[in-house]
Parts: sequence; structure tokens; C-alpha cells
Amino acid sequence: MELYTPIFVLGGIGAAFVVLSMVVGALAGPKRYNRTKLQAYECGIDPTPQPVGGGRFTIKYYLTAMLFIVFDIEVIFLVPWAVHLDALGMFGLVAMVLFLANVSIAYAYEWRRGGLEWD
Amino acid sequence: MIPLGLPEPTAPALTTQAPDLDYWLLSPLLVVFAVGVVGVLVEAFVDRRHRRLTQLVLALAGVGAAFVLTLLQVGSLPEQGAGVGVAFATVAVDRPTLFFQGTILVLAFISLLLIAENRDGESAFAAQAAAVPGSEEERAHVLAGSQHTEVYPLVMFAVLGMQLFPASNDFLTMFIALEVMSLPLYLLCGLARRRRLFSQEAAVKYFLLGAFSSAFFLFGIAMVYGYAGSVHFADVYAAVGAGGAGVIEDGEPLLLIGMALIGVGLLFKVGAVPFHNWKPDVYQGAPTPITALMASCTLVAAFGALLRVFYVAFGASVWEWRPMLWVVAILTMVLAAVIAVTQRDIKRLLAYSSVVHAGFVLTAVVAASADGLAGAMFYLAAYGFTTIGAFAVVTLVRAPEGGAEAGDLAQWAGLARTSPFLAGALGLFLLAFAGIPLTSGFIGKFAVFEAAVAAGATPLVVVGVLSSAVTAFFYVRIIVLMFFAEPAETAPRVLRPGGLTGTVIGVGIAATVLLGVFPGPVLDNLLPQPSAEAAVGTQPSGAGIVPEDMFVR
Amino acid sequence: MTPTLAADVHAVTTAADGGALSFAWLLIAFPLAGAAILLLGGRRANAWGHWLAIAAALASFAWAVLGLVDLLGRAPEGRSVAVEVYRWIEVGGFRADVSLLVDPLSITFALLITGVGSLIHVYSVGYMSHDENRRKFFAYLNLFVAAMLVLVLADNYLLLFLGWEGVGLASYLLIGFWQHKPSAAVAAKKAFLINRVGDIGLLIAIMLMFTTFGTVAFTPLFESVGGAGQGVMTAIGLLLLLGACGKSAQLPLQAWLLDAMEGPTPVSALIHAATMVTAGVYLIVRSGPVFEAAPTAQLVVTVVGAATLLAGAAIGCAKDDIKKALAGSTMSQIGYMVLAAGLGPIGYAAAIAHLVTHGFFKAGLFLGAGSVMHGMNDEVDMRRYGGLRKAMPITFATFGAGYLAIIGVPFLSGWWTKEGIIQAAFDSGGVTGQILGWATLLGAGLTAFYMSRIMFMTFFGKKRWADDAHPHESPSSMTVPMIVLAVGSVALGAVLVFNYTLAGFLAPVVGAPHHEFDLAHMVTSPYSLIALAFMLVGVAFAWVRYARADVPVEAPKGNFVTVAAREELYGNALNEGLFMRPGQVVTAASTAFDNHAVDGLVNGVARWIRTGSENLRLVQTGFARSYALTMLFGAAVVVATTLGVTFA
Repeated sequence: MELYTPIFVLGGIGAAFVVLSMVVGALAGPKRYNRTKLQAYECGIDPTPQPVGGGRFTIKYYLTAMLFIVFDIEVIFLVPWAVHLDALGMFGLVAMVLFLANVSIAYAYEWRRGGLEWD
Repeated sequence: MIPLGLPEPTAPALTTQAPDLDYWLLSPLLVVFAVGVVGVLVEAFVDRRHRRLTQLVLALAGVGAAFVLTLLQVGSLPEQGAGVGVAFATVAVDRPTLFFQGTILVLAFISLLLIAENRDGESAFAAQAAAVPGSEEERAHVLAGSQHTEVYPLVMFAVLGMQLFPASNDFLTMFIALEVMSLPLYLLCGLARRRRLFSQEAAVKYFLLGAFSSAFFLFGIAMVYGYAGSVHFADVYAAVGAGGAGVIEDGEPLLLIGMALIGVGLLFKVGAVPFHNWKPDVYQGAPTPITALMASCTLVAAFGALLRVFYVAFGASVWEWRPMLWVVAILTMVLAAVIAVTQRDIKRLLAYSSVVHAGFVLTAVVAASADGLAGAMFYLAAYGFTTIGAFAVVTLVRAPEGGAEAGDLAQWAGLARTSPFLAGALGLFLLAFAGIPLTSGFIGKFAVFEAAVAAGATPLVVVGVLSSAVTAFFYVRIIVLMFFAEPAETAPRVLRPGGLTGTVIGVGIAATVLLGVFPGPVLDNLLPQPSAEAAVGTQPSGAGIVPEDMFVR
Repeated sequence: MTPTLAADVHAVTTAADGGALSFAWLLIAFPLAGAAILLLGGRRANAWGHWLAIAAALASFAWAVLGLVDLLGRAPEGRSVAVEVYRWIEVGGFRADVSLLVDPLSITFALLITGVGSLIHVYSVGYMSHDENRRKFFAYLNLFVAAMLVLVLADNYLLLFLGWEGVGLASYLLIGFWQHKPSAAVAAKKAFLINRVGDIGLLIAIMLMFTTFGTVAFTPLFESVGGAGQGVMTAIGLLLLLGACGKSAQLPLQAWLLDAMEGPTPVSALIHAATMVTAGVYLIVRSGPVFEAAPTAQLVVTVVGAATLLAGAAIGCAKDDIKKALAGSTMSQIGYMVLAAGLGPIGYAAAIAHLVTHGFFKAGLFLGAGSVMHGMNDEVDMRRYGGLRKAMPITFATFGAGYLAIIGVPFLSGWWTKEGIIQAAFDSGGVTGQILGWATLLGAGLTAFYMSRIMFMTFFGKKRWADDAHPHESPSSMTVPMIVLAVGSVALGAVLVFNYTLAGFLAPVVGAPHHEFDLAHMVTSPYSLIALAFMLVGVAFAWVRYARADVPVEAPKGNFVTVAAREELYGNALNEGLFMRPGQVVTAASTAFDNHAVDGLVNGVARWIRTGSENLRLVQTGFARSYALTMLFGAAVVVATTLGVTFA
């Protein structure tokens, strides 16, 4: 049982922190509301639902964001590969070229199908 | 630092040796993957008018080639042992793997024919999925004849995941396979041409619940890792045999909780009660060809993975996992059968039927024996063909106006008067579901129940037989409805089966009858025949250990 | 329990040598394929369908001959050949396959069925030439041949039962072939119903054998008959007999056969004279070891045989309808065979020999009757015939050959085989043997009388034809089969019986004959002479009444014996009083019980399930959140179960 004690302690600390910060915030913080403050926060876009205009925001936003993720993942894999380049040798090189080619295909798809045109 | 009592971590030795990949044994996977990737390129660079045909040819050729490669590999398995591990033994290539992969490829091939059906320029898929249902934009795309040919690469990626799922030999590979299989399916579910909101709702539900179940699965993996110090199946098996890997003292609860949670993730994919809720909604909402793909291929893949996890990784913990599968199997067979009785929509009914069938297969899993494995394998293959055929029939019966499928069973009344062939085909499929002799369903049920009885799970089989009786009731009710009831006032519009759908139904009929009348060649060759003394040695799991000679360890 | 003759000879070899026998299933496949093509081919097959059917029957016959040659090429004790056709399912310890057993007994039947069957196929081309449904007729004939072959080639009771039901179906379809006639439809239904009674007996017997011996395959079952109690064996024997009575129109299930004559005449010849009705005899002979283990049942078999033999003859004496008179004769002759089969090993060979020769001469007689009807505008009343020997010489000659054979003129087929049965009856010994023997002798006299009556009323005497009758000889497609059958009627008996050819051939299956073949003894034995005397008396009596005297066109009232025989010994009235009325009461009662008690129970369960279903449906709310909650609950259950089992 003592094995789990640290976990329980950590959990307790975490819970206590949440409760504490909320209570302190509620007690000590200033309360000056306005319209903008009462809106839900959604990653910098206008929150849904919107009263007019179909309630939708453009899909382009996501397309661009996904492109970012594509390269993000690429980098995440490139770093450890670079560290062990010597050990992995030719096999590693071929594998990484294949990987990059595959990722580029997704990129090419988005590009050809107009995902990069903002209009 | 908090004293964890863990051994002082030593720096892991750097891998100085490049992995040795056996490309030949991986070739079925690679072919399917390559076709998927090329499919994406086709979307990018080939003219819109030629895409559908190019994609279809590519996909069929790819799946066909992968199937041939799988067949060839059966011959190249080593004489000794069950098979070989590939890529640091993260992928197991053995008889069950090849059987599941081959079955998935064949069923995927047939599903592709259904997916490709294009009637008067209308496929089963939305013209432009991004357009708001009912909007001007959508109408414009419909009029322009837009098509989502991305369906084909998506199917290929899903099939790739399905191929890898039952072949995974460690938990991380299996998780990757699970996601590779699921993500395209979530998307495909939302692409129905008609009743689009319904379809999108199904996709979102499937995605949310799928993510939820993945979380269980991952959490379970973490637990088991804590117990065994490895995610590799062979290591887990060895750790169970040794009473834990010594990472944590008295770690058995970790193993048990992990086992149960991994079970939850897999049981969700096969759709066993109480993890079945997604099935009726998703099967009903998804485009019917995709439903056919999920009902056949996904089920095969998920059971393949389930069998490997419980027979290989937890092969020495039969006593521990058997009770939970008992509970789930009983719940599945009883509740799903009872709920199905009052279903009024054909696709929902088939969805519940699929749930019940998952329960029947679970009885074979519970057996934890070679017979159980063989029975489950046969059952899944037989059920796959039949269910694709049944869904193919569903695609042909349309509402009198608007072209949506006539899901409501009331409209199916008297169908045999106008379309005797179609009604007869569906009747045959339903009889196979009910397990009437001389259909594949009977042999399948017989095989799984026999295995369960041999393993001492007689009560489970009694429940199974009673459940079969209940299910037979609603299958026969549909047959009576089609053949003996007066046609409904709003008679459905029955389309003539085109070449593609006709082929699918024909293959379904042929497989259902052939596997029912001549099951021998399949049934006998599923597993290597155990020699006489080996047969004596494999007293079904009396020791709580699954016989070892079926899988790569 | 003494070891029986038949039980020790079932050392079955398997046909793995690729010879004709390995493909014995082709025997069945040919006619089955023929039936399928004809039925599915639709009108397109009208033009050539009957030729295909004949080809199928002939191919089957040819294969049977090949099989016979193959068997003869083996040592006598190696002539039981098991042919595995296909293994349906093998799961764990359970196995179900379909296997055929080709041995002297089954090949004899196969030859009879396909041989006579082929001839009757040919005959039907002419006989049915004006029928617009001729294609369907031939399809059913093929179907019948296939089913009958399944029956005799099966190596277990289950497959035998499949064939048994198959011939029943074919018989039903063919009796009712002219279903526009209400009488034909009713007759078909009657045959079907009465046969069901027998079938149920057979079915229960099979179940009983399975529970007793754990198998329904002939060989292992016969090897273990010694292990069962007397009561069980008697029950099995009597139930098998019930099945045999239904199929072979033996008392008390005889009533359907006379009505079955509503079917086209080739059907009467093939199914209701030569082959199907002898299935009961086959069943008894095949089940020999079972009956030998149950002497009581055997005794009942002989009694049923003797009673039917006399009753059938009595009916044959009184009927004016030529086909019904012949049907009575069929009953009577099968009675002979059943009697012989009930005697055990000394009678089996005699029964089979008589069965084969009877198949020929009775088929010939029926075809002759059909030929007469064909020429007389389908008139069946013999009082409307007379003096036809001039108008139809070939029919007269062939019919005459059959006639001489059946009444037992020495050295013709019927004499050889009937003598065998009479001899076996007396040889069985004791008072029973004497009674049975005298019954067969009396039957021989009656046979001579009623057959002579048919002969004289039809072909001799004055013309009593209807005004519009223009009798003419039938086309060659009909006369040729009749001639072939006539040759068989004359010569086959000698071939089979002389030197115990057939008995010796059958010996590995049914046991060896008891003594050496002795022609002199056969001719000069007192029973043989008595039989001859009885026969002459019968013929003379018929001559006086139906050839010398004029036959009135209207049937005279007759005394009570004649009336009783005409009324088929009140079999129908008996059925009605004993079975139909009580049956109707039972039906009403069980319907009431079913409606209230059983349906109540079933509906109760169904309602319960439905209510449960309606409630459970509500769990499927359509909200992903509640689904997730269900999953969470399920995960908790699963975890709790796993932990609970280990730690609780």
C-alpha cells in the first residue's frame, strides 16, 4: 500500500491546488463583467453559435492548422533520427526519405485541392 | 524526490543496429498502404472525370494483389512453429494472422464493389461533404455531379489498419493499428448522400465514443506495462508466468485492471454489450456500403486482435479473464437479442444482429482452445459474407420518393411479390443469421458452441441457444413479412441490382450456401491438424493456459 | 442372443481404388441433375426434356452395371463397399458425413430401379405424348429415381430416411399429377397422409436406435444389436415394420395404394408396382440383424405379410377397374415378400428374388394395362373390354407373358421365386410354418383366379366396348419396353434362382441359403405340386365364370364377400371410423389446447420479451453522453468482475 502513497499525495496536492486557486480567485479577484468577458473562449475564433450568417466559420482555418501539424510531426520524428543518424546508417536514411515523401503527399493533396488558397 | 522504490534507472542502451524488416512478409500491408498513398496522389493530380475509375481500379487491384500475396505467404510459413515475428517481433505473421488478413481482404474487395456502385451518376456518398446539408452549395455540387473519390484511399487506409490489427504482436503496434483503422472509418461514416444530418451525427458519435474507448485501451496498456515492464505480448506472457516482472511488488491488480480495460477497448470495437451503443446508430447513419464494410471487415479485425491479446499476451491468465468475458458474452447475447425484437428499421435490426453474433463469437473466445480459435475464425468469415450480402440487398430497396433507402420494415411487406429474387436472397441471409442447417450460419454456430462446450462453458452455450431462438424469431418475422404479408400502401421502389451490387449479392449467396454445404475444406484447414499426442496434451485450458502452438509467441 | 448370420458379414471395405464404385454417387447425381435441369429449364426444355430424362436414367443404369461388374470382380466377402461421398461437418468429436453402401443387396435394387426405370421412361414418351406437362412428368420421374437410389444406397438410417421421404414426395407429386381431377388430388393427399403414419414409425425407430446404440449407420449398429434388451429391440422392430407397412401398402396401412392408381399408368408401373412399394421389403431385409434380435417383431412381420397377401388377393378378385385389380395383386405379392422377409435368413434371398421378378412382370402387366387404356380412350373398366387380343396383339402377348409368370406357370419367372417363398415358409418349421405355408399356397390359387379373371375379361370373350372405342396397338416406344419386360418375366426367374445365383450373390449380406440347389426337389416337392393344383383350380374357375360365360357390362350385385372385397374389405371405412373421426376429435382438442395453453405460454414468453425489449430500447437514447456513461458502467463491471474473481 505504501507503494501508492506518493500517488495519493500527488493527487491530493493537485486537487487542493485547484480548489484553493478557485476559492482564492473568487474571494480576492475583482468582479467587473462586460460582454466580451462573458463570452466563451474558443482559440481566438468567434465562439459558436453565432446568431446570424449560418453559425459557421471557415474551414480554411483548420486546413492551415492541419498543415502546421503535418510539419510539426515531421520535425518530431526528424530530431531523434538526426541524433542517431550514425547508428541507423543507410536504413535510417531510406526510411526517413520515405517518411518525408509520404508527408509531402498529404501536403501535395492539400495544395492541389486548393487548401492553401484563402479566398 | 518521492521514494518510489523503483530500481535505479539505467540509461537505456542505444539501438546501434538498424531494424531488419522482412519486406516479403510485410508486403500485403505495404501494397495496401502504397495504393492508399497513390490514391491520395490521384486525388491531387488526376483530372476529376477520370478519378473514380482510376481509384476503383487501383483499389481493387491493390486489395487483390495483397490477397494473392497473403495466400502465397501461407505456403512460405516455416514448417516448425506457428509462424514468424517481423520487425522486432512487433508484427506476427502466423496462420491466424494470414487467415484474418485474407478474410479481411476478400470482404474488403466485395465491399469495394458495393462502395463503387454508381447508379445514374449517384453513388452512396455525399457530393460534397463540406457543404451544409440542404444548402445551395450542396445543390450546386449535386447538379455538377461532384463525387468524393477520396472514399477509396480512405477505405484503403482503414483496410491497412484492419490488416495490422490482428497481426500486432505488441500493444503499441496494436494501438496504432486501431487508430489507423478507426480514423478513416469515422470519416467515411459521415459521408452518406441521403439523410446527411443523420450520417454526420453517426460519425460524430462514433468518433467520440471511439476516442473514449481508445482512452480505456491506452490506460489498460499503461497498467499492463506497469506490471510486465513491457508492451510486447511475449514479455507480458512471460511476466504473468513469472508472477510479475518485479517492477512493482504485488502488482497483480495492475495486471487485472489493465486486462479489463484493454478488454473494454477491444470489446467496444466488436460491439459487445454494454459497449455496443454506437453500433445501431452508426450502422443506421453510415452509408450502407460503409456499414457493410464495418459489419464484416472491422468485426473480423477486432476479433482477430481480441483473440491475439487474450490468447497470446494473457494466454496464461485464462482464469482471470474468463469471468469477465462470460459476463459480457451473456449480456451481449441476451440483451441485444431482446432489444432487436422491437426494432423497426432494417439497418438497426442488422446492427443488433451483428451485436448478437459478436456474443456468439465471444463464446468461442471463452473456450481458450484451438477449437475455439478455429470456430471463431470460421464464424467470422461466414458471417462476413452473409452480412455484406444482406446490406447489399438493403441498398436496393428505396423509399417511393426521394431515393433514400426504405429502412422502415413496414415498407418491406410483400416484397417477394414484386422482387422474388431479392426477397429470396435476403431470406437466405436471414436464415443463415438464424443458423438454419445447410447455411454457413449453422456450421459457424455449431463450431463455436461445440468449442465452448468442450471447454466446459455449457451454461454459456445454453444462453447462446436460447438467444438464437429469440433472434430466429425476428429473422423469420422479416421473412414472413416479405413473403406472406400484403404489400404496404407505400410500396418501396426496388432498384434492379446492377452488375456490381448483383455480384456482391451473388457472392454472398454462394458463400453462404457453399460454406454451409461444404464447410470441410475451410474448417479442416484453419489450423494445422494437431497430432494425436498433441491433441491429448491440449486438454482445453484445464490449466488456465491457452495452448501455445497456434500463435507466434 | 445368438449371433446372427447377417451380423458377422459386415466387414466393409472402402472404395479408394478409383473404380466405378468410388463414383457411386454418380448413380444418384445423373437423375437428380436431370430433374433439376428439367424443373429449372422451364418451357425451353419442353422439346428435349424427356430425352434428357431418359439419358439420365440410362446413364445411371449403365453406372449400376459397371458397379455390378466391379463388385463381381471382388471376393464375395469383400463386396460390401463403403463410398464416402462427402463430409459435411466435423467439429470436435462430432462428425456427420454422407456415405453410400454398395453391396450385393443395394446393387440389386439399383439395377432394378434404373433398369425398369429406364424402360418406363421410354414407355412414357409415347404414353404422355399428348400431355402438355410432359416435361414436368419426366422431371418427377427422374426425381423419384434419384430418391429411390438414395434410399437403397444409403449406409445409414438417416440418409435412408431422406430417400424414403424423397420417394414419398415424388409419389405424391405423381399420383396427383393430373390434379385437375379432384379424385387424383384426393388420392395424392391420402397416400401422403397414410405414408406419414408409416414415416413417423420409421422416424421414431431411428431415434430409438440412435439413443440405444449411439449410431444410425448400418454396420456399427448391426454389430451392436446383441447389447440391447429384448423390449427395445421388439419396439424398434415393430416401428420399422410400421414404416415398411406405410410404404409397401401392407395391412393396416394399405388403403392408399388402390387410390394411387389415379396417377398416370407409367407411375403405377414404376412406383406403385416395381420399386417404391418394395422399399418396405428392402427396409426389413436390410434391417435383418435388428429383426433377428427381436423374434416377436419377426413373427408380426410374417403375420402382416400373410394377412396382406390374402387381403390383397381378395380385393384383386373383385375390382372391375383393371389398374385397381392389379394394385390389389401388388399388395398381395408384396405380402409374399414381407412374409418371406419376416422368416429371417432363410427367407431374405427368396423375398428379394421375388421382388426382382415381380418388378418385371408387374411392371409389364401395368404397362400392358396402360397400353390397353391408351387404345381404349382411357377406359379402365374391364367390363368394357373383351376380345382385345385381336386388336392389340403385342399387348396381348406381353401381358400374357406377365400373366403366366405371376400365376406361377412352371419354369417361368414367378414360379421360381414364388416356389422359393412357399418352400421357405414351410421350412421355417412348426405350426407357424405350416400356417404361413398354407396361406402362401392359398394365395397362389387366388392369384391364379384374379389374374385369369383380368386376362379373360380383357382379351377374351365378346367385345363389350363403348360405342366410340377404336382399340389400336400402341406405338413402338410403348411396345418395346413391354417386350423387354415380357422377356424378363419369362426368363429372369430361372437366371436368378437356378443354382441360387442371386441367393449366392446376396449371401454375404443376408446370409447363405440353407441347402444346395436341387431342381428335382423343387419340381417334385409336395408343396410344389399342391401349388400347381391350386393354380389350375383358380384358372379353371375363372375360365368358367369369365371366359365361357358372358360378362355383364353392369357389375352384378354379388354376395357379401364380393361386396366386401369390392369395398377393399372396408379398409377405408375402418380408417374413417378408427382414425379419422377420433383423429378429428383429437385435432379439435389439441387445437383448443394449443390455442389456450401452449399459445398462452408461448405468447406469454413472447410478450415478456417484447416488454423487456420495449423497456431496453429506451436505453438507446441517441445521446452520445449516455452511451459513454453506459460504457463507463460497463468498464466498471468488467474491472470489478476481474478483480472480484481473483480477490474475493
